[in-house]
Amino acid sequence: MLSKRIIPCLDVAHGRVVKGVQFVDIIDAGDPVEAAIKYDEQGADELTFLDIRASHESRDTLYHMVTEVAEHVFMPLTVGGGVKALGDIENLLHAGADKVSINTAAIITPELVKDAAERFGSSTIVVAVDAKAVDDHWECFTHGGRKPTGLNAVDWARRMSDYGAGEILLTSMDADGTKDGYDIPLTRAVSDAVTANVVASGGVGTLEHLAAGLTEGKADAVLAASIFHFGTFTIHEAKAHLASKGIPVRL
Amino acid sequence: MIGLINYGMGNLHSVAKALEKVGGSVELVSDAEKLNSYDRIVLPGVGAFRDCIGALKDTGMDAALKDVLASGTPFLGICLGMQILMDVSHEFGRHPGLGLIPGAVKPFPEQHSERGFKIPHMGWNDVVLSSEKTPHPVLEPLAGQQVYYVHSFCCMPENPEHLLGVCSYGDFPFAAAIGRDNIVAVQFHPEKSQRAGLALLEAFLQWHP
Repeated sequence: MLSKRIIPCLDVAHGRVVKGVQFVDIIDAGDPVEAAIKYDEQGADELTFLDIRASHESRDTLYHMVTEVAEHVFMPLTVGGGVKALGDIENLLHAGADKVSINTAAIITPELVKDAAERFGSSTIVVAVDAKAVDDHWECFTHGGRKPTGLNAVDWARRMSDYGAGEILLTSMDADGTKDGYDIPLTRAVSDAVTANVVASGGVGTLEHLAAGLTEGKADAVLAASIFHFGTFTIHEAKAHLASKGIPVRL
Repeated sequence: MIGLINYGMGNLHSVAKALEKVGGSVELVSDAEKLNSYDRIVLPGVGAFRDCIGALKDTGMDAALKDVLASGTPFLGICLGMQILMDVSHEFGRHPGLGLIPGAVKPFPEQHSERGFKIPHMGWNDVVLSSEKTPHPVLEPLAGQQVYYVHSFCCMPENPEHLLGVCSYGDFPFAAAIGRDNIVAVQFHPEKSQRAGLALLEAFLQWHP
């Protein structure tokens, strides 16, 4: 049976992991290779790296980092942040990424997603959707939730799936950072609307939140950052909890 | 020396690194005339079927590969490198493949996504080896393990003898592994399947069909 995936997310800047990774036995917490190896040992199903600076000057550093990580861990890697054109996607795939996440550029040029899926295959194209509740619906935001786009998030996710995105990385800007759990109604609404895989993101504080994202939210995978970074839970503990709830996971 | 076929598509880096990790020496081959100088051949694949077969034909690699496989060189196909072995693919039209394994490449049934199964089939799933046959030596290390799949199309071999392992997505079974003689090919990505995948690659390097 297809397992539900658990994906730790690492924020990077200038090729280093930022936002305090606190694995006990890692000397240099900012080393992306060490962090990747640690998550690999814990049984993570995939890794996601988001370049939070994504400046033009730091692109080569990012490519180099992806190559280094891909030489050490043999699991799927998603990389996002600052992807603007087909050339950026090609460079990341050649560096060793398996999937590339597109965010703002998809909103500015939706056709980019269609072209990318045709050229590199749906399985390599992820569209990141940052959504926030506005009145009686959810709207897409850019720039870390500061800039509204006027796009209905559920309709937008469906359009991106129809354009060939193989996965939607769905972040609730309302839930993000709260530790109160995923936005379940949002996750479920998007999951019901698209044929693409849905990765729930934003708001995880407990293992029960992961379970809720997968069952009530109907997500195919759950992404979390801080609960794993700060050692609150290991991936093993998370999977054991999900398995005890009857959710299929790879143990 | 392992020849890793480079037809100008996708990233061969991960496959090369994984083979090296289990002790293999790898060279990228883009010159069809050199294909017969390797002990083992690996054909990875990402992207579209049509582009892949087109690139293999343009470089003369299709004919060279058939010759080398007829001579008995052990071969591993991965993902699209498996699908390309079939007679024909129905991905974006109808495109002939290498015809080394009789059968077709078809999409998951349309009603599958309507029933809530997402396309592509993406993530960790099983490889069920037939209980009636001796497990294939390359696949044997996978017993009880899950491996990483990402694909929207599946191989449908006509001859049940060519079916070496099965995976089910929902209630839809498809070929996880196929092969005959010196050919073995898998739908999942051993280079992305952590320990289980590396164990398969190691078994491939030890395999003497």
